[in-house]
Amino acid sequence: MRRGQLFGGIAALAIATVVFILPFLFVFLNAAKSPSEASQPSFAWPSEWQFWQNLVDVVQVRDYALLLAYFNSIVITVGAIALLVIFAAMVGYVLQRRPSRVSRVVGFVALTGLMIPPAVVPTIWLLQEIGLFKTLHGMVLIQVAYGLSFCILLFRAFVASIPRDLDEAAIVDGATPLQVFFRVILPLLKPVTLTVIVVQSITIFNDFTHPLYYLPGSENITVQLTLYNFQSQFTSQLNLLFMNILLITIPPLLVFIFFNRQIVSGMTSGAVKG
Amino acid sequence: MTQKSPYPYWFFLPAAVIFLGLFIVPTVASFYFSLTYWDPFEARFAGWDNYVQFFSEPFLIRGTLNTLFFAFVTSVLKTILGLLLAVLLTSGIFGQSFLRSVVFFPVLVSTIGVGILFQELMHPTEGAINVALAAIGIDGPGWLTNPSLALFSVALVDVWRGVGLATLIYIAGLSTIPNDYYEAARIDGATRWQLFWRVTVPLVWPATTTVIILSLIGGLRLFDLVWAMTRGGPGFSSDVLASVIYKQYQAGFWGLSTAGNVILFLLIALIVAPLAWWLNSKELDA
Repeated sequence: MRRGQLFGGIAALAIATVVFILPFLFVFLNAAKSPSEASQPSFAWPSEWQFWQNLVDVVQVRDYALLLAYFNSIVITVGAIALLVIFAAMVGYVLQRRPSRVSRVVGFVALTGLMIPPAVVPTIWLLQEIGLFKTLHGMVLIQVAYGLSFCILLFRAFVASIPRDLDEAAIVDGATPLQVFFRVILPLLKPVTLTVIVVQSITIFNDFTHPLYYLPGSENITVQLTLYNFQSQFTSQLNLLFMNILLITIPPLLVFIFFNRQIVSGMTSGAVKG
Repeated sequence: MTQKSPYPYWFFLPAAVIFLGLFIVPTVASFYFSLTYWDPFEARFAGWDNYVQFFSEPFLIRGTLNTLFFAFVTSVLKTILGLLLAVLLTSGIFGQSFLRSVVFFPVLVSTIGVGILFQELMHPTEGAINVALAAIGIDGPGWLTNPSLALFSVALVDVWRGVGLATLIYIAGLSTIPNDYYEAARIDGATRWQLFWRVTVPLVWPATTTVIILSLIGGLRLFDLVWAMTRGGPGFSSDVLASVIYKQYQAGFWGLSTAGNVILFLLIALIVAPLAWWLNSKELDA
């Protein structure tokens, strides 16, 4: 390592610390303060640490709303991802294996989902008509609809790397299309499936806008909405607000630590022309 | 009857039902509903009234212009800063992989959390940013309370939050440039400046296209950060189309809200589609 790289690195570290790390330290410090100290949040060290006390307090607010929110968010995330993986993999597989006019049209329609903003009020109207408004399973289906385009794209690209001989061998042996897909193809899609799971779980867990529109009601609260609801209630208890931010940042942080590689490959797909 | 394909089209069916039913149908319906006086109880045909209102009420015009301003500023900053950071973080500097993680992490954090955090940091008198500025003798502005600055402040926070993704995409793009190109140019006596403009920028162009398109779409559609930080205020000074859509929905003006949705759709289609085509054509020349 040259000297320039060392000094450049130290300078970059110093700037990155100020710009990107201090804000998180700010959250952490103020999440540990007493309400009066946190009423003017600053970088001052807490005179006494009441981290655990604040954690207990914020969990108990509004009859354990945060726990309910965690439960709802996990149900939505897990449900949506289960459907997304199966349905998007089926589409990506046939799109890649069967080039035809039908496939081109389907591929184009799927792409529109990456660009078009959802028409929110007509969607609410539709959900009301079919009885899915304000329901967790309605929210699951919405997240599936909004996530499909991205997942189909990833799956289609990955299927191209699986040799056709494998499905043909299974077909010759008399396997039905479903058997070929579930027994031969789906197991081979494991790497891209993991990428899809990681990226989509963060996206859905962090989604604020769509639950705000489609899932109103205190019994339907999701983690991002807790922050929003507490924002007005906690004006005198900013320590709890910061504790809340901290608590809902932990799941993405864990995913980031353990699945860094999948996040990088999922989020940069399309950056490099393949 | 032809032989059955081993790759049947009905594999599209489950995804198609959900996607068409919950995404395409409402999108198509939005064109009709945007032409109605629509509230929770009834929809009456209104012709172009909602659109006329959208382009005659000053606060609605402001929302549209703000949306364009926001998308433009954030895209430009993310593209430039993303490329510079990516070049820095692939140059083999000390602490490189740690720095990459640090720059990227805000992408994964709750937007509402980021919004609340910066709302506190940008407080005009007690916020940490202005306290720090005061310490070096600068009288910091009212980042979110000054109507002519509020939207720009939100844009800066959006860049802080999103530049990590642009950097990541650029790092992936840079890693595909063969080292030989740099070697050859260096032997020909190219300066570092020339290397950057003549080798890096043209060869990383596919990544630039991706960053610009992603940032523009994200910027035009942005809702959560504005809502967490300013609710469109002070007044209507930081309203964007997405926050107007939400406010009109809340107020019961469903037709007007849906017209805003259609305008947003048309803006994205009219800006992003030609731009993507143009950027891709530049790629062939490079």
